[in-house]
Amino acid sequence: MADLKCKIAGIESINPFWLASAPPTDKKLNVVRAFEAGWGGVVWKTMGYDPPVINVTSRYGALHDSNRGVIGINNIELITDRPLEVNLQEIREVREEWPDRVIIGSMMAPMMEKLWKDLAVKIAEAGVHGIELNLGCPHGMCERGMGSAIGQVPEMVENATRWVREAVDIPVFTKLTPNITDILLPAEAAKAGGADAVSLINTVNSIAGVDLDIMAPLPSVDGKGTHGGYCGAAVKPIALHMVGDIARNPDTRNLEISAIGGIGNWRDAAEFIALGASGVQVCTAAMLYGFRIVEDMIDGLSRFMDEKGYKAISDFQGLAVPNTVDWNDLNMNFDLKAEINKDLCIECGRCHIACEDTSHQAITKKAKADGGMEYEVVNDDCVGCNLCLHVCPVLDCITMKPVDNGLPHLTWPEHPENPIRVAKKEK
Amino acid sequence: MSERLIVSRDGSPLEDSQIDANFSDMHPPLNKTQAKVESSRCLYCFDAPCIRACPTSIDIPKFIHQIRTQNLTGSAITILSSNIMGGTCARVCPTEILCEGECVLNATGEKPIKIGNLQRYAVDQYLEGNNPHPFNRAKSTGRRIAVIGAGPAGLACAHRSAVQGNKVTVFENKAKPGGLNEYGLAAYKMADDFARKEVDFLLKVGGITIKHGQVLGENLTLANLQSEYDAVFIGTGLGDVNNLRVEGEHLNGVQDAVTFIEELRQTAEKHNISVADNVVVIGGGNTAIDAAVQAKRLGAQNVTLVYRRGTDQMPATEWEQDLVKTNNVNVIYWSKPIVLKGGEKVEEVTFERCILKDGILTGTGNFFNLRADLVLKAIGQMLDKNPLAGLSIENRKIRVDEKYQTNLQGVFAGGDCINSGEDLTVQAVEDGRKAAESMHDYLENKNG
Repeated sequence: MADLKCKIAGIESINPFWLASAPPTDKKLNVVRAFEAGWGGVVWKTMGYDPPVINVTSRYGALHDSNRGVIGINNIELITDRPLEVNLQEIREVREEWPDRVIIGSMMAPMMEKLWKDLAVKIAEAGVHGIELNLGCPHGMCERGMGSAIGQVPEMVENATRWVREAVDIPVFTKLTPNITDILLPAEAAKAGGADAVSLINTVNSIAGVDLDIMAPLPSVDGKGTHGGYCGAAVKPIALHMVGDIARNPDTRNLEISAIGGIGNWRDAAEFIALGASGVQVCTAAMLYGFRIVEDMIDGLSRFMDEKGYKAISDFQGLAVPNTVDWNDLNMNFDLKAEINKDLCIECGRCHIACEDTSHQAITKKAKADGGMEYEVVNDDCVGCNLCLHVCPVLDCITMKPVDNGLPHLTWPEHPENPIRVAKKEK
Repeated sequence: MSERLIVSRDGSPLEDSQIDANFSDMHPPLNKTQAKVESSRCLYCFDAPCIRACPTSIDIPKFIHQIRTQNLTGSAITILSSNIMGGTCARVCPTEILCEGECVLNATGEKPIKIGNLQRYAVDQYLEGNNPHPFNRAKSTGRRIAVIGAGPAGLACAHRSAVQGNKVTVFENKAKPGGLNEYGLAAYKMADDFARKEVDFLLKVGGITIKHGQVLGENLTLANLQSEYDAVFIGTGLGDVNNLRVEGEHLNGVQDAVTFIEELRQTAEKHNISVADNVVVIGGGNTAIDAAVQAKRLGAQNVTLVYRRGTDQMPATEWEQDLVKTNNVNVIYWSKPIVLKGGEKVEEVTFERCILKDGILTGTGNFFNLRADLVLKAIGQMLDKNPLAGLSIENRKIRVDEKYQTNLQGVFAGGDCINSGEDLTVQAVEDGRKAAESMHDYLENKNG
């Protein structure tokens, strides 16, 4: 089986699976259980200056699918609510007991150089492999001028990164908030400040739901609610986009990326690595199922790599980056048509009604002689949008077949109907 | 309660509590979590085959979607709008040959959605919730409608007719309304007096009066009703039973399965019923199954169901046939009764083995005897034609046109007494409702 040993910002890890700074990494007991389960590293829950914060009850809201599957969680918990020295002492102990595992210390402080530097040094002295700057917490801490209040201002991101970079000689991870318009601005700032890596995404600003009986946002604290940080499978597409943007941006492409956002299994992890990440951080999936999920992450990723012939993570890291392009670089002459496998079709009619009501009226419905229904794609009307494929409940029943139209690669800037077209590039 | 029989552990006679437990709800209602899980499995098909398979065309994907969105009241009303007896149908419909049999999930190899159970979940929630009756009556038409028979067809017709603004009188010969829902279906399918509760709910629409002790051909005549009412609906069901036509049929201890079930349904505490040790049920339909399984559940030592043909020809559905087996009823196929023997009461039945010869059921000359203290005849019910003089009969049922009208002007019919489909509660409900609509059209045209 492929070896998952890897290097993330120069730190050697037995596998790319770390636990993100969050409740699962709040204390020694949890971290030891995680290491026993097989996690390669943890980012210790964010530490700040004493006195420790005080949390409220309740703390989590969730978006469920109709069958109680959790699509996403949002939380309004703050950073560690234990004294700094308790955390540092436990870090020292775990470092000694688990020498082959990575511990990154997450920290935050108000925007003053001395405060960032002093705390970074204290944490570094506890023996951590690296420091992660929490510039993303979108609830509570930002109201105190920390977390996303810093992460949303590129100059502050650069400064905080530089201060810590100057104070310690271990790798610095700048953790970015997605609650901005363009992830490249804070990413470039982190790079300018000397970050070895960026960690992203932190949680997305959100309200998990509204309790319609008490008319208050969820989670509710004594009848009132506030926005919290959204995480879990629902945010994965947002995270993939931001990771991909940093990986393909010329100014940031050399930054290492510790990817975070809805990673729940080996496949999610492989996708982030393919988009350029060196390693991944996980939280929500562990909170839903426990640390044991790492077993299949390790097993599944190794088998995937064996199957594809990748000997190391670095063999496929970033392979999807060159294929992540601007819309203007897409081939407008590429054509697909949906094809329904009538042997597999169970006649639920979902493809028909989706196409009929909301797309291109390209799937017809005909009564069959035996009483059932027959659904058929009208090729002339099918635009190859994939909607039918996504609503079909039967795997492999609808496939998208490329049309061999013999037309050359053609982008919008080159397109004859584009009023501001450019001359077609010669290959 | 379950589909399996509750037997005493050491083979000793059943205790009273075990007998009573045998007649509680065979399929306990879904709980909130089960309803959520099950409703989530539904694919919300478009133009769904389950709807086409339902005689009352309930919008099944819609009501299940409404359960999923926790709009339970909306869900119940979706069901009841198409089928006012959706609560009974949810319990007794042979869903395996109707909606669930057509569920597209069957084609994926998955189990079909438990449509019946979900329907019960929604309707029960509404009926138990002390909710107002969900349908309002149109302004009075000033017309009076007579309905003969307070079974599913008659009551569905009465309800629809009342909603249309008519004043309805239902003439019923038995002491309670509900017809076979009250007197005929197996007790464990209709636990907790549900038939009565459903009728009470239905009557809340207003405008319906039920008169009991009204027997067509005795204290009631069709001619009188025709003259006193604007229209008449006949929903008398099948009032007669087929006879074995063999010697000894009139011995004590030989009984119609229909009567046996009726007495059982009307006994509040089932352990008060004394059942014979050796019960022989003759027949292969759902009534035969209901009689055999209930006899066993009452504590009968040996219950044997004898059918003259094979399992493939049995009118009882596969699910019903399985029920017989899980309830330790012996089944003997390809055997017909020749003679019932006994002194003061029946003691033994002689059967002859049968085969199909050129498509005709033929005795083989091989005979066997079964000990019997109770013989239950369940070889089919038939129309009691005597009180229906003047009505045209076709294929042993009342002849109606596509508008449910009989050969007599203004006289309509529906349910088991006509040939509309299978003799099922759900078909009767559909007939009653459709007939009410036809009656309404007929009267509008007549007066307009």
